Amino acid sequence: MAINIIVCAKQVPDPEGPPSSFEINAEERRVTARGIPPVINPFDENALEAAIRIKETSGANITLLSLGKGLSKAVILKAVAAGADASLLVDAEALDAALLDPFATARLLAAAIGKAGPFDLILCGRQAADTNAGMVGLGLAQLLGIPAITLAQKVEIADGRVVVERVLPDGYEVVEAPLPALVTVSGEVGDLRYPSLQAIKAGKALPQTVLGLADLGVEPAGLGRVETVRLTAPSRERRCTLVEGDTPEEAGRKLAQLLRQEKVI
Amino acid sequence: MADTQGIYILAEIGEAEKPTAVTLELIGLGRDLASRLGERVSTLVLGAGVREAAQELALYGPDEVLFLDDPALSRYDPELYVGALVPFLESRPPRVLLAGHTSLGQDLFPRLAFSLDCGLVTDCVALEVDGGDILLTRPIYGGNAIATQKVGTSKVMATVRARVGEAPQPSSAAAVTPLETAVPASSRLSLKEREVLQSRECPLEEAPVVVSGGRGMGGEDGFAQLTEIAGILSGAVGASRPPVDSGWAASTCQVGITGKVVAPDIYIAVAISGSTQHLSGMGESGKIVAINKDPDAYIFKVADYGVVGDWRQVLPSFSAALREIMQE
Ligand SMILES: Cc1cc2nc3c(=O)[nH]c(=O)nc-3n(C[C@H](O)[C@H](O)[C@H](O)COP(=O)(O)OP(=O)(O)OC[C@H]3O[C@@H](n4cnc5c(N)ncnc54)[C@H](O)[C@@H]3O)c2cc1C
Repeated sequence: MAINIIVCAKQVPDPEGPPSSFEINAEERRVTARGIPPVINPFDENALEAAIRIKETSGANITLLSLGKGLSKAVILKAVAAGADASLLVDAEALDAALLDPFATARLLAAAIGKAGPFDLILCGRQAADTNAGMVGLGLAQLLGIPAITLAQKVEIADGRVVVERVLPDGYEVVEAPLPALVTVSGEVGDLRYPSLQAIKAGKALPQTVLGLADLGVEPAGLGRVETVRLTAPSRERRCTLVEGDTPEEAGRKLAQLLRQEKVI
Repeated sequence: MADTQGIYILAEIGEAEKPTAVTLELIGLGRDLASRLGERVSTLVLGAGVREAAQELALYGPDEVLFLDDPALSRYDPELYVGALVPFLESRPPRVLLAGHTSLGQDLFPRLAFSLDCGLVTDCVALEVDGGDILLTRPIYGGNAIATQKVGTSKVMATVRARVGEAPQPSSAAAVTPLETAVPASSRLSLKEREVLQSRECPLEEAPVVVSGGRGMGGEDGFAQLTEIAGILSGAVGASRPPVDSGWAASTCQVGITGKVVAPDIYIAVAISGSTQHLSGMGESGKIVAINKDPDAYIFKVADYGVVGDWRQVLPSFSAALREIMQE
């Protein structure tokens, strides 16, 4: 029996862009991405891939849910065409980005899910590649009152339950929960497949609902709990002492000696 | 604000029933905060058979240790932890509640924060007191920017990276008392098998020395040499993502934004270019040593010591010299 899966996907500036493409505006406490394209957060792509695999093995209706400002049609289409059945977009254009902390985001997503009809499983990426907080998925589950399992490397459905291989620091564990449930997905699941050109064409015809913030019936102001008071560039660069030698072998030996001399070892 | 009180540290117990390194570091941080804010430090420890660990924790300078010893807590089940902790934290609302940014902290704290409606900042690399506010600093955009944040609730929660605080020296023992709360009778989650792929003898996150290899290692053989060096320096082996994707290194070795975040005293990066995603997992290391054949590799910009060269030629003599030095 096909289940209903909602995959939450956030649009972020390409996290593999060079450091120079992340411009830090200290005054407005904002990062502006320059010259790099928006992409779906890679972990959310992993979540979508996990959903598509469930669809292939046990059947599923997949809805891609994205909330944000300036959502790119092309980015959404590419994701949907990989194997979703519908998309639900929440246009937060009117919202000051500073208000969209994990607490507000989770509440707005919970409201959007309320409009999406019945669901059995929600999949989220383990964290977003921009804010890196790792809170929205768990918050969403808490707000919806459903069990949550984090850091999945494998997600399966069996007998009305979700069975998850959950990544641990030293291995993994298998955890099960009854549906409806929420699972956050880790990179170990594997990359999202590329849609064919045909699928991209067909993707354009898939049902898409666009909601404004007003449609959610939630007032976003006051939902946030975290405020950024300062934004700086990382001070990563150090002065490197390059060790040279007549041969690479000598350089290796001298490196060890220097480390001892400077009491590093 | 008057209703919140105390700095609470959620302890984790590791190998041999000992508190983990990050737990002790958090107690150190908690002490600093407590003295600036005029608060007390309480350490919470949950688990099965944790009495001894609680006694041990009491030596590291908290004002009290509260323990919940229950066989149902032998494995981490977030629903049992949340169910036990929420009523307690509601009856004694903390001013600050800290955990390590560990597997457990990352899973538990967002759940607790939403249950308690308490502001949470994850993955902190610095905490400071500014007037009545607690400012929490964390990397964002994969480490391309550093944000300092504060929360708008009277309780503040944070998960903190390893090696941000300094572990106190053991001293006189604080009071150890049972935590007055009940473990829920059931959980919606069922924990099935657990597969251990890496020995926990020298967890990467706690190793004082990490020797990591990148794509340029070209295969498993190179990693055998890194293992040897790690052995000489009593450290652990790490990797960037490509070796993990290629199967030359276990996934438990990955360092970076999707792997482990480490801050050892010494990080040795061999044949690693220094991508943002990798740097955000090791950029806070004490000293960084780079070996790379490309003089323009970004890793040299963030390293303290480096050799430009092919690891195949540099490592054997480096390793032999290290062995001699360490035997002296
Ligand atoms: C969402 C996301 C998450 C990611 N998470 C992580 C993560 O957690 N950790 C991570 O590491 N990466 C991560 N990445 C990947 C990251 O962007 C880089 O691709 C990766 O870190 C590059 O690894 P590398 O430095 O080993 O390889 P490369 O960038 O290919 O560098 C290889 C280096 O080896 C040197 N070299 C080659 N041969 C030799 C030799 N014989 N002797 C000496 N030097 C040699 C080369 O000069 C080069 O500098 C992530 C990417 C994304 C998009």
